[in-house]
Amino acid sequence: MMDSFIHFLLHRFFVTGDPMIYGADASIALASIGIVVVVTYLKKWKWLWKEWLTSVDHKKIGIMYIIAALLMLFRGGVDALMMRTQLALPNMHFLTSEHYNQVFTTHGTIMIIFVAMPFIFGLMNIAVPLQIGARDVAFPFLNALSFWLFFFGAMLFNISFVIGGSPDAGWSSYAPYAELSMNPGVGQNYYLVGVQIAGIGSLASGINFLVTILKMRAPGMTLFKMPMFTWSILITSVIIIFAFPAFTVALALMSIDRLFGAHFFTIASGGSPMLWANLFWFWGHPEVYIVLLPVFGVFSEVIATFSHKTLFGYAVMVWSMVAISIIGFVTWLHHFFTMGNTAEVNAFFSISTAIIAIPTGVKIFNWLFTMNKGRIEFSTAMLWALAFIPNFTIGGVTGVMLALAPADYQYHNSYFLVAHFHSVLIAGPVFGIFCGLYYWWPKMFGYMLNERQGKLAFWVFMISFNICFMPMYIVGLLGMTRRMYTYPAGMGWTPFNFIETIGAFGMGAGFLIIAYNIVWSTLKGKRDTTGDPWNGRTLEWSIPSPAPEYNFATIPTVSARDAFAVAKTQEDQENKKERQLFQPIHMPNNSGIPIIMSLFMFIAGFGLVWEWYWMVIPGAIGIVVCMIVRSFQYNDHHIISIEEIERTERAAGRLS
Amino acid sequence: MRENENQAVQSEHAAFPWKQVFGLLLSLALTFLALWVVLGLSLSVHATLTIIIGLAILQALIQLFMFMHFTEGTEPVHQIIGIAFGLFVTAMVVVLTLWILYYAI
Repeated sequence: MMDSFIHFLLHRFFVTGDPMIYGADASIALASIGIVVVVTYLKKWKWLWKEWLTSVDHKKIGIMYIIAALLMLFRGGVDALMMRTQLALPNMHFLTSEHYNQVFTTHGTIMIIFVAMPFIFGLMNIAVPLQIGARDVAFPFLNALSFWLFFFGAMLFNISFVIGGSPDAGWSSYAPYAELSMNPGVGQNYYLVGVQIAGIGSLASGINFLVTILKMRAPGMTLFKMPMFTWSILITSVIIIFAFPAFTVALALMSIDRLFGAHFFTIASGGSPMLWANLFWFWGHPEVYIVLLPVFGVFSEVIATFSHKTLFGYAVMVWSMVAISIIGFVTWLHHFFTMGNTAEVNAFFSISTAIIAIPTGVKIFNWLFTMNKGRIEFSTAMLWALAFIPNFTIGGVTGVMLALAPADYQYHNSYFLVAHFHSVLIAGPVFGIFCGLYYWWPKMFGYMLNERQGKLAFWVFMISFNICFMPMYIVGLLGMTRRMYTYPAGMGWTPFNFIETIGAFGMGAGFLIIAYNIVWSTLKGKRDTTGDPWNGRTLEWSIPSPAPEYNFATIPTVSARDAFAVAKTQEDQENKKERQLFQPIHMPNNSGIPIIMSLFMFIAGFGLVWEWYWMVIPGAIGIVVCMIVRSFQYNDHHIISIEEIERTERAAGRLS
Repeated sequence: MRENENQAVQSEHAAFPWKQVFGLLLSLALTFLALWVVLGLSLSVHATLTIIIGLAILQALIQLFMFMHFTEGTEPVHQIIGIAFGLFVTAMVVVLTLWILYYAI
């Protein structure tokens, strides 16, 4: 009994035999002990629980999303550097083939689902309620639940590499390889359950922000007076609501296949492996726009602000996003042109894919015209936005090349494809996220990120990005396919691969400079005492930095686009006097239920991964109990008194 | 916007939610009915599919009316756009999937 238990622990439960995994074990243990010791020593447990872990404040939830996403970016980046090290030279033995498969799988899954998504959710949590003049999101409790579901989903996925083994079927987890017969063990279960839990949180966030934007706008702010970032989040929310259910269903079906012996995606008993690819990409393609449209919104804000002009072609920007959201649902087959479809099917999706490039191109011209005759200020945020335009356009144009089905038979699954999607996903979401972080950082924390270090990080990262991915286009055309763990010498690929690896480490250096910049600025950064460091155009810059708990002491009335820019030009005495009349503010209470319920999700999920139903059942019961407790909570809000508002506003220098 | 009080949405605690409880029971009944049609009856594949698709549509309507505040709200244009887009996406995933997989394995 004891022997078999120890055998299980050493041979199935813990991943053993690889020195790098032991290193990871040690660093996880040390980091966990370190955190516990530091928090205990500083007596911060109560503060951590009351101020952060149970918070339903959208600003704090946004910050927690961003911290989690930065940590996940580090993990995904280390995965990338491991792959680039393995591929730097031919016939390397840094990683074994199995280990390499696991690393590219976790790299892809983490970068999309646990980096891009939480960064986007973080930015929208911070900026959207402030841009529309609201005091919180529509459903603050649900917002906290979304965050904790994402967090525990990510943790469940991440522990796979030290407990039980990582998934290795790629981030797209194609059947039949991801099915039980070819892929026994718990790795794929971690993918299915971890991503599912995070996905529930994403769906809830989509609903939350749709309702927030439709229902909670300041008086006078009609839809066509909203800031462009808010517009992009409105449309993204709609895409989330309609795309994520397909993924939820696909993940559930494959989980049923693996855990309960069904055959939805296996050829045996009449299943269809291709149906997995079909459902995956029905979500997967709109997912690209879920991470892309919000950063289009960020760039629209940043380019208008630092050109000191109003955005060019506002209505066209909106309608092009609407067009993208509609057409984005009918292009998914271009991810598997080569899977044996008829010519008619390929032709339809080839054309729809080429069409979706049009509204995207329209937006590029709108940003260029916004800068035309503007007074451009080269801040760090603006540099990221400026670099986005040419770099993203290269990714977009190679995307149109891939969209042509006959040509795609040449490019498919080559490094040309790898270069293309990194061009769009790094020059788009990653540049956009850094752009948004530098832009909104003062509003989040009340101090500025150092501009000199920020610009250095930008140049290092942007140049390294091109050094890393430009050679990939060439090496792809020379015949190198994606996901190969090593390659022979004498193919003409070696110099390109070596250059790519140098670029990858350069991007790592750029990330480290950003991390240094954050630490340095936290200690010595310039305070933002005005609340409006960039001469901003939208309402979030009208309040102090960091924003008080209730955001707006009095709700602003909006009469035009760029509401704050207009208000600054017409600031009159009457307006100022009116601001003094405060009313008590009604705010939601903090709640421990979101984190506890998500912890039960984690427990039930871990049980499902290992098929330990003795663990699933108490986890599931815990989830239901949390729901019932929440249903009978009646005192879920508190009132902030006028005196307290006056005190806070006076401390921020807003009251004379 | 008219009902915007610029506060977190407050939960209403009016009467006992009979409509929701009834909807939940109806949904459960329909789900088990579909399961019974597949496992308990041995109809032809065609008949089974027709019946369970009919039950699925019925269940979707129950969800819309009993849980999703379909008949409430002050801005019907949001509802109409939402339903129209939902129908579009559903039609695309069903029709195009059938078209794609018809010739595939």
